[in-house]
Amino acid sequence: MITFMNNSDSEEEPCNERTSLMSAESPPVPSYQDGLQVSEAGEAQAHRKRRTGSSRSPNDIADGDMSNSGVPVRESALENEEEELTLKYGAKHVIMLFVPVTLCMIVVVATIKSVRFYTEKNGQLIYTPFTEDTPSVGQRLLNSVLNTIIMISVIVVMTVFLVLLYKYRCYKFIHGWLILSSLMLLFLFTYIYLGEVLKTYNVAMDYPTLFLVIWNFGAVGMICIHWKGPLQLQQAYLIMISALMALAFIKYLPEWSAWVILGAISIYDLMAVLCPKGPLRMLVETAQERNEPIFPALIYSSAMMWTVGMAKPDTAARGPSQQTWDAAEDGRANHGSPSHADSLMSETRSPVAARPTTSLEELEEEERGVKLGLGDFIFYSVLVGKAAATASGDWNTTLACFVAILIGLCLTLLLLAVFKKALPALPISITFGLVFYFSTDNLVRPFMDTLASHQLYI
Amino acid sequence: LFTIARDPLRIIILIAGAFFWLVSLLLSSLIWFIAVKASDPRDEALQKGLLIFGVMFSVLLQEAFRFLYYKLLRKAIEGLVALSEDGCSPISIQQMAYVAGVGFGLMSGAFSMINLLADALGPGTVGIHGDSQLYFLTSAFMTMVLIFLHTFWGILFFHGCEHRRWWEIMAVVVMHLAVSGSTFCNPLYVGSLVPSYLLMATAAAWAYLLSGGSAQNLRRFLLCKS
Repeated sequence: MITFMNNSDSEEEPCNERTSLMSAESPPVPSYQDGLQVSEAGEAQAHRKRRTGSSRSPNDIADGDMSNSGVPVRESALENEEEELTLKYGAKHVIMLFVPVTLCMIVVVATIKSVRFYTEKNGQLIYTPFTEDTPSVGQRLLNSVLNTIIMISVIVVMTVFLVLLYKYRCYKFIHGWLILSSLMLLFLFTYIYLGEVLKTYNVAMDYPTLFLVIWNFGAVGMICIHWKGPLQLQQAYLIMISALMALAFIKYLPEWSAWVILGAISIYDLMAVLCPKGPLRMLVETAQERNEPIFPALIYSSAMMWTVGMAKPDTAARGPSQQTWDAAEDGRANHGSPSHADSLMSETRSPVAARPTTSLEELEEEERGVKLGLGDFIFYSVLVGKAAATASGDWNTTLACFVAILIGLCLTLLLLAVFKKALPALPISITFGLVFYFSTDNLVRPFMDTLASHQLYI
Repeated sequence: LFTIARDPLRIIILIAGAFFWLVSLLLSSLIWFIAVKASDPRDEALQKGLLIFGVMFSVLLQEAFRFLYYKLLRKAIEGLVALSEDGCSPISIQQMAYVAGVGFGLMSGAFSMINLLADALGPGTVGIHGDSQLYFLTSAFMTMVLIFLHTFWGILFFHGCEHRRWWEIMAVVVMHLAVSGSTFCNPLYVGSLVPSYLLMATAAAWAYLLSGGSAQNLRRFLLCKS
């Protein structure tokens, strides 16, 4: 069996780039990417792009705290109105992101709690070579830090590689890479997942049925992700893919390394998006220069753009700017020397034509959504899943992490509205999540346990 | 579920309310933890005393955080008004009070009940060591009454803050302390459940009156008059 390196980094890279790119491109390109890109999980910084709302008078959902960056599609006279409209849609966009993140987390937590496969230790990835079975605490800490350094450096290398590929327009390569990775994810991971779930519930299934189910699932997934498909189906596939990836991470990252990696990833995210020389920022700028939509593939988008009465055919249906992404296969054969086969996920943008700049008058209905990179989904779910798997306080800790992550997402969206440019989604949420995880596990749990045993209520 | 889930702004306020409650719980358990670690673990009376202290402190901290949340929501309303088209905010402070109360209540209820529910799924016998056999039942009722109470307290509290009626705020705090204190009578459930339900009825009526209802409104609603 070919073992792929679980290159979470590569996932992250595309995501990072993507997310960082998002907001920046709003002014020059009135084209709205369709949000239906399915991208394989990657880290993603929250790439939120709030676009102004539709032409109709919005319902009164205003979120005073958030101001959306509006892209004035209309003539300048209506620009102010547009701004107002986007502000009104602020709360709606947050909810549009809350729901998928919640769903992903629910899937991951449910699986962790019921299927024991994902909490067993069965080897480690090639990216985290140092074991944590050491006799002393210091040694273990050192090993986890080393693991993190290796992982982060792989991520950085892959990101830079991706930026270079994008700069030199090697679209076909990226495209092929992404298709390969999504193939692997959709078929192989699903097969393993299904196998484990069936084992847990002791349900017998014969191979022909299994083949049929997986074939249908995978084929429809590929079509939805890389081509066209109903929005909700695409979103569902994206969520499932993120959940599968998160489960793989939870299984194969050793304990302490996982926490340190989570922390380090958010720091990296912060730097890569905000520093002037960060790879993600460069990616955004390059995409902006070329007036291309940025990597829609690895991004979850909550709405689709409908093009109505285009004045001129848009070049939106251009080849997708894909991000390469390494998906690592489940490291079953990790013990051996894995052959480094990079499976890349191809991202394809759903072929929603971008609106040309001149068809302003013909815009009838546009649902602008907010976009969030799939890597964000994955890492949020990893955090919550790990909390569910390893915390002794069980559900309290999981619940606390869940609320913390949602609040972090809220705050990040708020900042996005204020700053109107691409922002990393990971740092705030992950920080909150980590803080709440450790504090709930160590401080709140004994308190609540004591209270419950005496049946006291606060 | 019916009143909040449809409006995204309310969902956000709900989650933020839950978050504030969580933070208050965190801080209070931190204090308790430090106190426990600093004291002698074998002294039973001291431990019980510390627990009581922890509970009271937690109640006070929860109310303090409710106040902070009120302040935050005030600022948010100003922002919303400034951003809206017609100069009035899409959500009133009373609605916010209701949602905030529900947020607090839900989080408090979830933390109280969810481990219990998870254990209830597994095998076991209730009260096998001589404890009350009604443990699950009474826990469920107590949690429910607490959730309702938090909702009503939210309304009362915010109303008191709005109109600067300090006695209302004090009443809420005192009620909360009373309810928590009454749970010390457990497992003598009469002592805790009955007063709590009475207090809940009082708070419900009070909140209803404050929100603009009256006996006449109620009668008209129930009799379906126009």
